[in-house]
Amino acid sequence: MAVKQLLSGNEAIALAAFDARVAFGAGYPGTPSSEILDEFARLGGKAQWSPNEKTALENAIGGAFGQVRTLATMKHVGLNVAADPLFTIAYSGTPGGLVIISADDPGMASSQNEQDNRRYAAAAGVPMFEPSDSQEAYDFLFKAFELSEKFHQPVLYRLTTRVCHSKSLVARRESPVEVAPAAYTKDVKSNVMIPAYARIAHKNLRKKLADIAALSDSSNEYTKELVKGEELGIITSGISYHHCREAAPEASILKLTLSYPFPAEKLKAFAAKVKRCVVVEEGDPILYEACKAMGLNVEGKAEMYRFGELNVERVRRILANDLTAEPVPAPGKPPQLCVGCPHRKSYEALKALNCIVTGDIGCYTLGVLPPFEAVDTCVCMGASITTGLGLRRALPEAEARRVVSVLGDSTFWHTGINGIVDMVYNKPATGHVVMVLDNSITAMTGLQEHPGTGRKLDHTPAEKRLVIEDTVKAMGVDNVDIIDPLTEQDKLRAVLAERLASNDTTVIIARRPCILGAVKAKSYEETNKAAEK
Amino acid sequence: MSNTINIIVAGLGGQGVLKASDIVAEAVFSAGFDVKKSEVHGMSQRGGSVSSEVRFGDDVASPMIPAGESDFLLVLEDTQIEVNKPKLKAEGTLITLADVDASKLENPKTINIAMLGVLSASLPQIAEEHWINALKKFLPEKHHAVNLTAFALGRSK
Repeated sequence: MAVKQLLSGNEAIALAAFDARVAFGAGYPGTPSSEILDEFARLGGKAQWSPNEKTALENAIGGAFGQVRTLATMKHVGLNVAADPLFTIAYSGTPGGLVIISADDPGMASSQNEQDNRRYAAAAGVPMFEPSDSQEAYDFLFKAFELSEKFHQPVLYRLTTRVCHSKSLVARRESPVEVAPAAYTKDVKSNVMIPAYARIAHKNLRKKLADIAALSDSSNEYTKELVKGEELGIITSGISYHHCREAAPEASILKLTLSYPFPAEKLKAFAAKVKRCVVVEEGDPILYEACKAMGLNVEGKAEMYRFGELNVERVRRILANDLTAEPVPAPGKPPQLCVGCPHRKSYEALKALNCIVTGDIGCYTLGVLPPFEAVDTCVCMGASITTGLGLRRALPEAEARRVVSVLGDSTFWHTGINGIVDMVYNKPATGHVVMVLDNSITAMTGLQEHPGTGRKLDHTPAEKRLVIEDTVKAMGVDNVDIIDPLTEQDKLRAVLAERLASNDTTVIIARRPCILGAVKAKSYEETNKAAEK
Repeated sequence: MSNTINIIVAGLGGQGVLKASDIVAEAVFSAGFDVKKSEVHGMSQRGGSVSSEVRFGDDVASPMIPAGESDFLLVLEDTQIEVNKPKLKAEGTLITLADVDASKLENPKTINIAMLGVLSASLPQIAEEHWINALKKFLPEKHHAVNLTAFALGRSK
């Protein structure tokens, strides 16, 4: 038997990607997915941080057009950014294996919503795998690539926070996988989605999904059945499987490895052979609704269990139809901006000037909490600039002049840059002020590199470093100010006040490295310098 | 599942909670048990409450310890005791900073490791060598000696 290792789900996927000969992986950091590509690169795999999830997925699609295996990684909300290519590549498919990791965050440990990305599988028509632990996170990736290649169809690989970050034992495959070298075969009817070809492709997609459902029904590769008593049966997928087998050791369980398309015949047969059949799933009642649509006699969970993660106690309550209020966990200490964090000084300035701050996604979102309470809105990556522009258009002049859009450097390159285009092209009457809190790293997700750090994912030098001030100047922004928020606090306030009073477009770059990131950046730079010599 | 032992390590971000639980998980793993370790990362670097759960036995199911079912609760920061206490069994063992005589430590930063020593003394199914190997795996070599001394201090308590 193979030697086992104790790995997180993310580490297991990285190892599987390496063993499955994935040609390259592209992604954008997002908790809980971030460690996958870092670990894949550490193992010797080829990986990159793309500026955002859309560009990452498109890179992976391009690679798969070259007939190799590629991987795109992102958190659940990242798939919203990448949804545009997703829906069309579902039609065209790719000749190479393409797996898209969506790491969902039920309970919102580190996210702005708890959307259930199983919906994307049905919406786009893409098969979805759901591992429940690190061994499955390792094993199912091979199945996912095999299925993708067999049907020339992208595959979604849905993880949740507990699967990504929990550690459990993993046995690694001993025999290496054989993969064909990259090649290109022209096939415009499959790969160019003009309406005439897309109409055919959509019909092909529905046929493929029916074939995949039939395969899942006829094989034991895509479901796992735990046969116990006949009194209680549970239909489930992902991490909930382990909560169920602990909460109800007497129950028979049907777990979907491939959770979309649904194996209708298996679900019917399972529901028919138990006296009581309950669907236990984290998040939305997707499996439950599918079972009901098939006319199966199953129970779902009460609405109160849609919110947050499931665990053993909550599964016990679901099975007991317990609708009483759940115990509220004692409030711990909330996270906060680090002592010495340069963002603190920027927020002090914004608060002193009574600004309306349209915020963004990153460490600096913590500026919403006391003592700053300086963030007014937070929607999604890159939304700070454009929601700020909208607010400026809507408000009377005196109020409009208070609006400042605040975002980080990594978020600027992600989708903030599009907002600059909008600001220059559609300048509000009062102009606008954007403040980039540039701490020179992607801090919130664990200090990853981005296009402006000058280093690649593995921290070696990038070919070019993108420069925020050069970029926004070239785009036609009227004023570009670079200020150290720590050593130039008075200047920051004076410049901010002056720009708010003008009708210009302004980008203030409050630049000072993250105190956690600066230590790492220094060691990378020293290593890179030594390598140069 | 029935013989699963549950251990929670809790504290604040930046205190070494995750490293301490990594060491526990590694020690029980190398002793041959099935093991699952669970925690939520992401915001933990920002000084908020952090806890990490380790479960081991013949066949561990859920990676998360049900409330009131933890056998051991190791708390690295006194303000976090009350927050985490509901997770401990009525007859469970609470290990706090007070369980180590800090004045005997060569380096006060090694108190987490001394607390792991206290925990280890209550887990006879894990031989000492597994703890020592786990400590060596997760700590930088130049800090091995001072931490092994701290571990021995806690273990002999």
